[in-house]
Amino acid sequence: MAKKVAMTGNEAMAEAMRQINPDVVAVYPITPATEIVQIFASFVADGLVDAEFIATESEHSAMSVCIGSAAAGARTMTSTSSQGLALMWEMLYIASGLRLPIVMAEVNRTLSSPINIHCDHSDTMGARDSGWIQIFSENAQEAYDNMIQAVRIAEKTLLPIMVTTDGFIISHGMETMELLNDDEVKGFVGEYTPQHTLLDVEHPITVGAIDFTDYFFEHKRQQIEAMNTALPHIVEIGREFAKVSGRDYDFAERYRLIDAEIAIVVLGSTAGTAKVVIDELREKGIKAGLLKIRVFRPFPEKEIVDALRNVKAIAVMDRSDGGNGMGGPVFEEIRSAMYYLPIRPLVVNYIYGLGGRDTDIELIEGVYKDLQEIAATTNIEQPIKYLGVRE
Amino acid sequence: MASLKELSKKQELLSSGHRACAGCAHPIAIRQILMAANMPVVIGCATGCLEVTTTIFPYTAWKVPFIHSAFENSAATVSGVETAYRALKKRGKVDKDIKFIALGGDGGTYDIGFQSLSGAMERGHNMIYICLDNGAYMNTGIQRSSATPRGAHTTTSPAGKVILGKREFKKDMTACMIAHNIPYVAQAVPSMWNDLMAKVQKAIATDGPAFINILTPCRLGWGYPPEDTIEIGKEAITACYWPLYEVEDGKYKITHKIKEKTSVIDWMKKQVRFKHLFKSGNEGILAEIQARVDQDWEKLQGLCVV
Repeated sequence: MAKKVAMTGNEAMAEAMRQINPDVVAVYPITPATEIVQIFASFVADGLVDAEFIATESEHSAMSVCIGSAAAGARTMTSTSSQGLALMWEMLYIASGLRLPIVMAEVNRTLSSPINIHCDHSDTMGARDSGWIQIFSENAQEAYDNMIQAVRIAEKTLLPIMVTTDGFIISHGMETMELLNDDEVKGFVGEYTPQHTLLDVEHPITVGAIDFTDYFFEHKRQQIEAMNTALPHIVEIGREFAKVSGRDYDFAERYRLIDAEIAIVVLGSTAGTAKVVIDELREKGIKAGLLKIRVFRPFPEKEIVDALRNVKAIAVMDRSDGGNGMGGPVFEEIRSAMYYLPIRPLVVNYIYGLGGRDTDIELIEGVYKDLQEIAATTNIEQPIKYLGVRE
Repeated sequence: MASLKELSKKQELLSSGHRACAGCAHPIAIRQILMAANMPVVIGCATGCLEVTTTIFPYTAWKVPFIHSAFENSAATVSGVETAYRALKKRGKVDKDIKFIALGGDGGTYDIGFQSLSGAMERGHNMIYICLDNGAYMNTGIQRSSATPRGAHTTTSPAGKVILGKREFKKDMTACMIAHNIPYVAQAVPSMWNDLMAKVQKAIATDGPAFINILTPCRLGWGYPPEDTIEIGKEAITACYWPLYEVEDGKYKITHKIKEKTSVIDWMKKQVRFKHLFKSGNEGILAEIQARVDQDWEKLQGLCVV
């Protein structure tokens, strides 16, 4: 029987970790993810979980502990944000290259400099090519649900996975949400029985061997294939989760998109703001819609193209800039994904909300207004715009 | 301690056929460590000579479980393995008693892995960290580390016309680890196999973190004939450059008494890395090095007085 509660995103993620009760959690505190660490530490201190909890001396070591732990066959979790994820960067690639199913609760925060503790997606976008599955959450409910599914996804694909929320907006915002019972979570995640572990001393394995020109490419190819074929597993686990929770999860959420002529594509909390604007526009007879991408890695290319192919004009919203003069990373990938369509929708890019800049209803209304004009004239004057910035 | 004859009958846990240089002290040390263990061990290793010469895919020289993840995090990685072991043992998924050994070179220990090691020791993991100190980044072609001795030529502390090799003395890493107040810290050299193996056995028997700093002469980086590895290691002990001692629960003990102290300058003379110091006019530097070794040796003896 589901329990209705009021929780922040951080509380929801920590609660999911309590119910999962992994073997090992290794962490280092960083704003705005610190609460997840603190709450979990208090669960351990109060005996509510029997996981081994290690508070390391840096995020680099936190991820290194996770790698050692996962290679030893333990179900292993961590949490971080921003600079912490950046400090882990070297080890992110090693975790995925060694095919270790580590689960990370990541709270999106911008990267320095200038130093700023608020939300944008530059931290996780910086890790988008690290071989980790990335799942974005719109709200605390999704963060909780995604964390529970993440355990199964990681162990099925043998890829590490990060579940993200938007810093402060979701991590510290209190919302009403539903929790599963402890038994339901326990049943859903099941037991973890890895094939090979360092602790099987009778069958010694060497993990992390040096791999030169004669084998490296084959090993990398296998890892790439694991990511290439991960999406159906993610969708299937989402379906199974719906049976337990009553909440549907797919690669993305299509909001009033079926007949939409103009649409926004966005990740994370801003989807909620966009939905409010869409409802207003629909009342005025404007066919506005939304595609909220949940799974960003692997990039669901075919599914995204299918969802957007009949839209006339699309605004891809990026909460980070690619730094290459070509807009944000989500924009580039969606525009590229559209390339093989015989008739392509018009696609523009809005960089928004950097360093936590509020992206309110008026700003989103402005985006849809631009889209109406682009759809009507088929003319794109400025493909990349910066939303809500003084310049 | 078992006799050499008995030890020769034990299964070798580091197979032959690895790619370490002829005369390399690393495999000698590893064979001694694994023979001393007498119980299942899991090994973690930092990036470096040992890792690249023993694990070239699809081969491995390791007949015990082994993990390498990166350069600066051997201690953190092994602390993760040890934590997983405790978690899984508590939950009844592992029943054997296993000990965990992290290995790193001097670069991976004194320099880039210093923080990771300090953190793992402070957290009190039941693990042994063993540094294989050959006094420079040998794997990348002999660059200075904070373990490189004063005056040594390396490719990043070259002996030039103005600067005569490394200008700084070596970091006292063993003292740094003693300052962590962990239950067991020791220095060893593979030249004294019985001393090294006794220390490994003490470290294995320790409940909590232990650190052993092993001097591993490098024929390539130091510049001496490969057959002299054992001798040059012995002379590092008698010259008091690398005294054999241990600190058990805070109590210092010299484990190999020096009957006749030899000159560190004579030891240096046998190594090409110090060749430039023996040109006329550099006597001052040699005297300075000898004075420092004497001073450190006096200090250590003072600490060993009950």
